[in-house]
Amino acid sequence: MEKIFEVRWHGRGGQGAKTAAILFGDAAMSTGKYLQAFPEYGPERMGAPVQAFNRLSDSKITLHCGVKEPDVVVVLDPTLLESQPVTKGLKSDGTIIINTLLESKELRKKLNLATQKVFTINASGISRDTLGRELPNTPMLGALAKVTEIIGLEDLIAYTKKKLVKKFRGKGSGVIEGNLESIKRAYNSVRGG
Amino acid sequence: MPIRALTGNEAMAEAMRQINPDVVAAYPITPATEIVQLFASFVADGLVDTEFVPVESEHSAIAACTGAAAAGARVMTSTASQGLALMHEILYIAAGLRAPIVICEVNRSMSSPINIHCDHSDTMGSREAGWIQIFAEDAQDAYDLTIQAIRISEEVLLPVIVSTDAFIISHSMQRVDILEDNEVQKFIGPHKSPYSLFEKTITIGPLDLQDYFFEHKRQQIDAMWKSPQIIEKVAKEFATKFGRTYGFLEQYRMEGAEQVIIACGSTCGTARVAIDTLREKGIKVGLLNLRVMRPFPHAKLLELLKSFKLVSILDRSVTMSTMGGPVYVELRSALYDAPERPLLVDYIYGLGGRDIDVEQIMDVALKGEQIIKKNKVEKPVDYIGLRE
Amino acid sequence: MALSSWKELPIGTIITKPGSAREFKTGDWRSQRPIWDPEKCIHCLICFIYCPDSSIKVNSEGKMTGIDLDYCKGCGICEEECPKQAIHMEIEKR
Repeated sequence: MEKIFEVRWHGRGGQGAKTAAILFGDAAMSTGKYLQAFPEYGPERMGAPVQAFNRLSDSKITLHCGVKEPDVVVVLDPTLLESQPVTKGLKSDGTIIINTLLESKELRKKLNLATQKVFTINASGISRDTLGRELPNTPMLGALAKVTEIIGLEDLIAYTKKKLVKKFRGKGSGVIEGNLESIKRAYNSVRGG
Repeated sequence: MPIRALTGNEAMAEAMRQINPDVVAAYPITPATEIVQLFASFVADGLVDTEFVPVESEHSAIAACTGAAAAGARVMTSTASQGLALMHEILYIAAGLRAPIVICEVNRSMSSPINIHCDHSDTMGSREAGWIQIFAEDAQDAYDLTIQAIRISEEVLLPVIVSTDAFIISHSMQRVDILEDNEVQKFIGPHKSPYSLFEKTITIGPLDLQDYFFEHKRQQIDAMWKSPQIIEKVAKEFATKFGRTYGFLEQYRMEGAEQVIIACGSTCGTARVAIDTLREKGIKVGLLNLRVMRPFPHAKLLELLKSFKLVSILDRSVTMSTMGGPVYVELRSALYDAPERPLLVDYIYGLGGRDIDVEQIMDVALKGEQIIKKNKVEKPVDYIGLRE
Repeated sequence: MALSSWKELPIGTIITKPGSAREFKTGDWRSQRPIWDPEKCIHCLICFIYCPDSSIKVNSEGKMTGIDLDYCKGCGICEEECPKQAIHMEIEKR
């Protein structure tokens, strides 16, 4: 049985956690990996806590159950740290990437994480700069790519561009360029360990 | 062959695009809505030649499909749960008229209580309507089996339901190997109708009373009897051409096993991982993927399972007979003629979308070890993941 | 007529020969029989219009020639509608 790499995304309805999981899975597939990307479906409301998941592997993935012990947790919204069990099941050698203004040292203490890696990124700030509004999903995608090294920046940009062109067809290039810039900036500014 | 990341729904819609049916009449319902929605966009974008009929209910959808199929068209639709239930009376009519139709279905629980998630109660509730029923394990299966279903349906002259598990597959994106459009067209071939309203004056759907009705039903039974041969033939041809193997039943690590777990749909995938882990620990267990529920492969099951000590059945729906789930009830009956039968235990699980994980399936095999040791089943029908 | 076995019948309950309903002689459902009097008949064809079973026989010149007892179910509408009392019903003797 091949090793399966699992990611759990925490976000709020409307922040694009599901889209980020899909983009990440899709981009990983372009590197030859098998993938799964799926949201946790519940009542779909703007602002409600939501989760999405990825599984990646070098061979076919047949698991169809929930992700319980993720290798990586990605938190799109800092307020979720207060209300959601974001570290639940995180592997002892796992990684958490958080959209926050705080330092990783503070967060490590706050979340009571001893052995895991903690990375931080001001994804909200980046998306405000590049898109003019708060859409932290694509910056977090950039941060995740950097931290996991599953896909290089150039490949991720090229692949995401292809996907976004399809998704936003007819909506002008500003939103696409903004998203790609978000990925780039986040890729280069995520920090921690 | 192109590789794409698709959800189960996208995979089925893509298969439908490549099949390019003459008529699709459909009504949206969660979690199958996307299939219809995507297909409608293919129609709007001119990617298919299909006459798309946006009807006012699932009852009308399948009625329009039945009419179109009887008129000699290649016809498809999609639905789930209450939608399939609303189609119920017309399902019998389509099968009775021997109208080849393929439904891309998503298995979702039946209300009440209202719930949009996966179990098999909708599909299992339609199992006596005269349709061939195929369960897809994942998005790849859903894609491949939808294409095969067209051939099966048009050769056996029975309608076919191909289903995926709600959200677990329908909304989960995975890698899917797609065929080229012309490969699909070549595989399914031109639509041939046994009869058509446009060729010769015929009467379809007349009153059929005591003098003939029974004979016509006997023909339907006969078609079901003959369908396994065609299902296997189409699967074999698909495997030869495209390298992916299907068919009635899929055996996984059953060689040298003492006990077998049997399941339908996405749970088979999770069970595979459980079986691998158990085998590493020396527990002799295999998996049988029951891909086709109608016709029920009783003869094959009898032959395959008679020599095992225990068969544990995972049923994602329940009959209200108080005898357990449908797979268990029918398997139990199929094994009646075996001189030495395996012990049987039924596990009802996953109703309303409750998750089933690797550990829970491993538990089934571990419990199985105890049952084999005692050579006695104390609880023939049990539950997984239920708060007692 | 011997009925076909299930192996011989066309599938799907289809009827491949048009007009097969003609072979089903519904006249034997009749309990009253219409008697036509050609002397009184003025060939107005009101009975032809009203007959629910199309059992009024009319020739190419538009004249009534009798009643098709193979399909007449004996409903008596013709008797009721005839302006000249040229049709009356009698009990069917069988």
